[in-house]
Amino acid sequence: MASANPLAAPQLSPSRRRRRGRRAPVRSWRARDQALFVIAWTAGAGLCVCAAALVIFFAVQGIQYLHPDLLVTRPSVAATQAMSGGILDPILGTVLLAAIGLLIAAPLGVVSAIWVVEYGRPRWLSRIVESAVEIIAGTPDIVLAIFGLALFELGVFSPFSLAEPGGAFGRSFLNAGIIVSAVALPSVYTATRNGLIATPRQLRESSYALGKTRIATIRRVVLPAVRRDVATGATLGLGRIIGDTAIVVLLLGATLRNQPASNTPFIGLLRGTGSTLTSYVFNNSPAGDGNAPDKAYAAAAVLLLLVVLLNWGVGRIGRIGGPLIHEPSRRLGA
Amino acid sequence: MSSERTPPLSETLDPPVWDNMPLPIEKLDFEEELMTIAPERTDTSVRRARTATETVERLRVEDISVFYGSKPAVKNVSLSINQGEVLALIGPSGCGKTTLLRTLNRLTELTPNASHSGRILLDGEDTDEIVDTELRRRVSMVFQQPNPFPMSIFDNVGFALREQSRKRPHRRDLQPQVDKALQRAGLYEEVRTDYDRSALRLSGGQQQRLCIARAIAQEPEILLMDEPCSALDPRSTAVIEDLIVQLRQDLAIVIVTHNLQQARRIADRVAFMYLGDLVELGETEQVFTDPEQEQTREYIAGVFG
Repeated sequence: MASANPLAAPQLSPSRRRRRGRRAPVRSWRARDQALFVIAWTAGAGLCVCAAALVIFFAVQGIQYLHPDLLVTRPSVAATQAMSGGILDPILGTVLLAAIGLLIAAPLGVVSAIWVVEYGRPRWLSRIVESAVEIIAGTPDIVLAIFGLALFELGVFSPFSLAEPGGAFGRSFLNAGIIVSAVALPSVYTATRNGLIATPRQLRESSYALGKTRIATIRRVVLPAVRRDVATGATLGLGRIIGDTAIVVLLLGATLRNQPASNTPFIGLLRGTGSTLTSYVFNNSPAGDGNAPDKAYAAAAVLLLLVVLLNWGVGRIGRIGGPLIHEPSRRLGA
Repeated sequence: MSSERTPPLSETLDPPVWDNMPLPIEKLDFEEELMTIAPERTDTSVRRARTATETVERLRVEDISVFYGSKPAVKNVSLSINQGEVLALIGPSGCGKTTLLRTLNRLTELTPNASHSGRILLDGEDTDEIVDTELRRRVSMVFQQPNPFPMSIFDNVGFALREQSRKRPHRRDLQPQVDKALQRAGLYEEVRTDYDRSALRLSGGQQQRLCIARAIAQEPEILLMDEPCSALDPRSTAVIEDLIVQLRQDLAIVIVTHNLQQARRIADRVAFMYLGDLVELGETEQVFTDPEQEQTREYIAGVFG
């Protein structure tokens, strides 16, 4: 007999563990298989090269141009790069815009996913919600931006930005945040919905069988079960907000500094215009009119670092806080 | 390996001897406790010990039929479930035993096209007249797959106890009830030092005992169990079977099982269902040794299933 106890783990010596069965050498494969083999390797390696080039380029640029004092200095209008200040305002603008966008997108996405999966009646209405999210996910952000501008220039929305004769200015942190939430919403919605679908029905039934109502079940059992999906979706959405440019240029004004609309501490800032790292890079790139490419590279390096950190964070989310009912999916339709 | 065919244990031993064999489990603390509470267990041929006291009927099923759409899943079943006894529902897959079980606490209502006729009386009260959450607190349920909620051990057991009143009770107010439920479920000694650990970190058998603790924490009158051991290893199964026999003292238990030997070991009465019909209902020993119906005899003999 091979081993006395079939359930015992087989004793592996290092040399035995490394042993592999013989495989036919690639040279002897059929031509078509060989071609696919080469294509697959080339594609994979090519992607690695692209990512490496990106990261290395901005690492070099960042080390070259990014000085710590840039991060804490406000930008200023100047003829020369040396005088044009730092990127404090764009960094704060990115943080503020991301916060507003997520504060709107996360609850909205979670609540609509819960409604569609847990209630979903009438059927036609839940199908409409599904399609609506798909449409939002598929809409180019510049289209969302110009729609937002048309909307928020209406006089009704003058509390959101500056009132102007015959309407509103339309550009503010609040307005940009509202529209930018549409960019993050599909990520949150899709991740939450997939998590809810993956949650076993029995878990809900166990709660009902203990005499719980549906709403108590959702709040106390289902939501904790998908909390990591929500976190994953929110983080991915955050990455999309941070990377968005079109909405910032059109709806935030992309002013060099954050310009509060009034002296009211926080409200003034919300109603005022400003910039983010993306709009700063856009304006200061050789294509823009700021003409401070060194600063643009520095800002781009910070932006890339932020997004890489966020993606790394998404990967970590799946591992913190103990075991899961199910694995959150990172493959999102949106 | 020897060349001769080794007969399975069940053929070499008579059932009584088999049942008297020590359980293939390590001696756990609560095991000893069990022995002192139910010392009869060792001298009877089966794990259960009869309670010869007069029967108190808790649940009466009157002419229940359950339909999915127009398709009947349970046909005109009538039976009663008594305090202090274990009733096992046996039968081949698709015979309606799980549907019947889920009808007892109106879980079938969650299936959109399910409907039923006839009535079920809980202590003489029509269950359709009881608010569903109230009914399910009195008729609790344990499922096939151990499915603790994604929260701490304490919160799992305290889950049903919380939110019944408008004011959320404090943890220290719940503590005695949680302790008691875990003690009754035989899990207390294993988890008492880490109540705050995630319940999902427990082993499968522990998770199922946690689910039982969760289900009995609110002191239900009836405990429904849908194949509670089928996802567990033999060792955990033995622990849970002992637990069921012990729990029976305080409540009525209805258990669905595919495992005939399990039904024989733990049930006081057995109901055999086939294609939605209740074919036979009787004392466990009578059903297994001298069934009245030919279908029952064939099923128990393994002719079909």
